Amino acid sequence: MFDFLQGYDLLGAFWVTVQLTVYSAIGSLIWGTLLAAMRVSPVPLMRGFGTAYVNIVRNIPLTVIIVFTSLGLFQTLGVSLGADRFTTINFRLAVLGLTAYTSAFVCEAVRSGINTVPLGQVEAARAIGLSFPQVLRVIVLPQAFRSVVGPLANVLIALTKNTTVAAAIGVAEAALLMREMIENEAQLILISAIFAFGFICLTLPTGLFLGWVAKKVAVKR
Amino acid sequence: MKKDRPTVLYDVPGPRARRRNLLWTLLFLVALAAVVWWVVVSLADKNQLEWAKWAPFFTDARVWETYILPALKNTVIAAALAMVIALPLGALLGIFRLSDHRWLRGAAGTVVEFFRAIPVLILMLFANAAYSEFTDISPDTRPMYAVVTGLVLYNASVLAEVVRAGILSLPTGQTDAAKAIGMRKGQTMAYVLLPQAVTAMLPALVSQLVVIVKDTALGGAMLGFSELLASVRPMSANYGANTIACFTVVAVIFVLLNFALTTFASWLEGRLRRGKKSTGAVVGAEAVEDLATPGEHLDKP
Repeated sequence: MFDFLQGYDLLGAFWVTVQLTVYSAIGSLIWGTLLAAMRVSPVPLMRGFGTAYVNIVRNIPLTVIIVFTSLGLFQTLGVSLGADRFTTINFRLAVLGLTAYTSAFVCEAVRSGINTVPLGQVEAARAIGLSFPQVLRVIVLPQAFRSVVGPLANVLIALTKNTTVAAAIGVAEAALLMREMIENEAQLILISAIFAFGFICLTLPTGLFLGWVAKKVAVKR
Repeated sequence: MKKDRPTVLYDVPGPRARRRNLLWTLLFLVALAAVVWWVVVSLADKNQLEWAKWAPFFTDARVWETYILPALKNTVIAAALAMVIALPLGALLGIFRLSDHRWLRGAAGTVVEFFRAIPVLILMLFANAAYSEFTDISPDTRPMYAVVTGLVLYNASVLAEVVRAGILSLPTGQTDAAKAIGMRKGQTMAYVLLPQAVTAMLPALVSQLVVIVKDTALGGAMLGFSELLASVRPMSANYGANTIACFTVVAVIFVLLNFALTTFASWLEGRLRRGKKSTGAVVGAEAVEDLATPGEHLDKP
């Protein structure tokens, strides 16, 4: 029944999906937090930049961004991100696109977390003379992140599913392999079931685990 | 209150803080200028800034008539169709999830969790192949069918959660009152809860429309559906390799369209929250993203 699987690197494709997810998650967590810090900072120019970035990037389809990294950045402008093999270039471009897109959502999640920190905490921090970066780093963000694990988990799951868009620029991840297999094998239902199962294995445990973590670390108020 | 919130994070700037802020502004400006400079230089290097590459969008109506408007029409049709079909399906699934019958609740829950856990692209690829194998829809219209089917399967599950949240957001007094005047369960749902829930969740529905519009671009890249993103290639081939200009125009159209929808959603939300006629229950525009992590509700009604 599963003979047709021979000759296809199923695990390899899902491994690429996982790699895309992990690298983009790390990148967008950093860039998204920076964006959130900008959006609440005392410097108007930074606030403006953060707001503009989030509002523009959130409203452009991820597919447009990813295809742009390949057609626009690489093929037109020659940006290759320090790689010389096609597969590596496309992989890095996909991570860049996914990070740029997901950061906007991370930023919004973190910002909503900042809004859950009670006023008194911030006032007390200011009263003992902490500066804005200190208020953010020592008082606000640690509490904000604890309340934001749940929303961030949703962003991470959305990111896992979004990595399939990288197939549009030929990154050899799960969706691209699925399209190839559908074209070559007459086992549509079985192939689709296998890939659906693969993604459920990636997203459901993440959701359950992080949902549990979110309840554990949430600040009880 | 919410608007002033960020200023709580720092004091009203005194002379030193103002100097420091100015310094930060300057530093940030320099960094920003460096990035802009790099972009402009590399664009100019590859001749992407020539007026000839941008002019067609402003002077030549044919670009719009031949490429952009038909593509935009496809995008909008696919998104609208997906919404119109997914909404009743989602409402049905959402109501089933609140059913008193355990098996119905469980079945609907499984369907919802399943389709929410897998990427839309997988659903679209499956629908495309299924249509080509089991039906005789012509290859020209098949991508549209596949895109809409994929979007419906995914969004019906998302909307099921929205409907459920909408119904749960209503005050319990509504159900009690309906019971008190002798309504049966079906009647309570059809005449009391659902109409109010639909009003309460309008903002969330409109903002889900943004997600749907964005996802139609997947069909352009992977299935050959001729929507906005897919119009970039033929356009840049016909107007002198103006890839950057084409992408800019397409991105601007998407941003304007989605920004209009988002603004409409928050206007609706404000109106509903202020409204005196309703119970004031509302499922906000931002709620969709936070409506339960996949798997969270497997064990609960």
